[in-house]
Amino acid sequence: MPGVSGRGLAALALLAGIGLLAVAAALAVGSVPITVTQLLAVLTGGGDPLHRELLLSLRLPRALAAFATGGLLSLAGALMQVLLRNPLADPYVLGLSGGAAVGALGAMLLGAATFGVSGAAFAGALLSTLVVFGLAQGVGGWTPTRLLLTGVVVAAGWSAVVTFLLTLSPADQLPGMLYWLMGDLSYARSPLAAWLVLAPALLVTLPLGRGLNVLARGPLQAAALGVAVRPLEITVYVLASLLTAVAVTTAGSVGFVGLVVPHMLRLLLGNDQRLILPASVLAGGALLTLADTLARTLLAPEQLPVGVITALLGVPTFLFLLYRSR
Amino acid sequence: MATLETRNLVIDIPGRADGRPLSLCLAPGQRWGILGPNGAGKTTLLHTLAGLHPPRAGRVYLDGAPLATLKRKAVARRLALVFQERQDGFPATVLETALIGRHPFLAPWQREGAEDLRLAREALAALAVDHLADRLVTTLSGGERQRVAIATALTQTPALWLADEPTNHLDLHHQVAVMRLLAGQARRGATVVMGLHDLNLAARWCDHLLLLFPDGQHCAGPAEVMLEPRALERLYGQPLTMTRVGGAPVFVPTPDPGDPVDHDR
Repeated sequence: MPGVSGRGLAALALLAGIGLLAVAAALAVGSVPITVTQLLAVLTGGGDPLHRELLLSLRLPRALAAFATGGLLSLAGALMQVLLRNPLADPYVLGLSGGAAVGALGAMLLGAATFGVSGAAFAGALLSTLVVFGLAQGVGGWTPTRLLLTGVVVAAGWSAVVTFLLTLSPADQLPGMLYWLMGDLSYARSPLAAWLVLAPALLVTLPLGRGLNVLARGPLQAAALGVAVRPLEITVYVLASLLTAVAVTTAGSVGFVGLVVPHMLRLLLGNDQRLILPASVLAGGALLTLADTLARTLLAPEQLPVGVITALLGVPTFLFLLYRSR
Repeated sequence: MATLETRNLVIDIPGRADGRPLSLCLAPGQRWGILGPNGAGKTTLLHTLAGLHPPRAGRVYLDGAPLATLKRKAVARRLALVFQERQDGFPATVLETALIGRHPFLAPWQREGAEDLRLAREALAALAVDHLADRLVTTLSGGERQRVAIATALTQTPALWLADEPTNHLDLHHQVAVMRLLAGQARRGATVVMGLHDLNLAARWCDHLLLLFPDGQHCAGPAEVMLEPRALERLYGQPLTMTRVGGAPVFVPTPDPGDPVDHDR
């Protein structure tokens, strides 16, 4: 890949390998264990019909959806952290997940089907993005600080509406709603939309990497080094919002992945966005695939919300890396 | 070679009257010093000259073309700005920092090549920070960071230097080294413009001076004409005494009878 050093390529290859292993594990593990030989048989077009059905219509779509969602969230998080020049930024920091949650919960309350819930979540996410961007624009144009403050305040507003919706909801709907709020991949019927956004988004962001490295040093320094700052910032904002909206639509608001995966990679690989952006996609995808596999097998037949697992896996790993860092 | 020209330029400082519009030509080989008391607009002028701050009126021309119509990348290939304030938000190493000076010369997909790396390493060596190449910039002292910032601008190979207080945080030895470096750049045909608060550095190292008064007035010209003690006293609102060291004028604040003086020393 252009713009990435030999060491970077090795890291990307390693992460891609881990990603493949995570997907393979997601396919093999479950109520009916499937061995590697059986797995290969199905993937090459043969195998047991039960295994075929189980793999191709249940486990594979879910694993692919998990991978894409993890990739979307990590890429969005990495972009937001550079855009806002704030290490605490995550894909949800600008209130996007709150808007999506209000949409999704509202649709559930009205008894909408899965498709309706996804559509309402996406609409809510876009609405929230427009509201935050419009308000942060204000009279004098937006700055990262103003964008951040507007986002945090709008998110607080959404969270009040979410609580209100939860109190209104009948008891039998509450578990589904709480699962959605913590992130749940059992809603993910088709990974297609997520991949259709993730792949071109990654292609668009890769050539932006060096410009983002310069932008991370502040807008004036970036402009002095030849970066068209405002167009780049708007591209990154729109892109990160779209990625997050699609991720939230696919799996609810899975927390933690978007905040922590880019940071973990920065601690391990340095802070070159040309490497961090593609690495985030691979590492985020692998982490969420693994987490979802654990979420549906640890207490089987009960399923845990995947957000619980991402946090339980991510928190200690992250704290360890942070503790060890310079 | 690059020439920067201002025509009827009024820099935009909120709450300040327009003053007298500035029409100047900064030509290759010249070493300009911008002098003025705090708040006179040295930094704003440098940012305006770099096209980072829109002027209230008038225009800046880079090699005859209006700066505002040029692409940022085309400007950055000719003009480097050393900032007074720096923001090192995400940690990066010294070498990575110097290498971003090559950004305007690379296509989006292109990686820095051997030539870019050579330029960055030479620049770090010229500023005597090459031994820090793998250190994180955030772990350096103020003076070391300042030298890394100048090395980054040097890596940019600019024909036109705009340096805002280039000697900030530097001890005397490195002050002289940086001024020699900039003078060397001018000798090789670069246009060098420095915002300075140290009158003596300007007197020693600049061949042209621009005096900025807080009310928006200014005067500009060759250094030997501008280093007129009465004008400088008016500029800083401070009585000055001039002496000469090695032929170069040196200004010190005239002692006030009320100032503490240790006569036994």
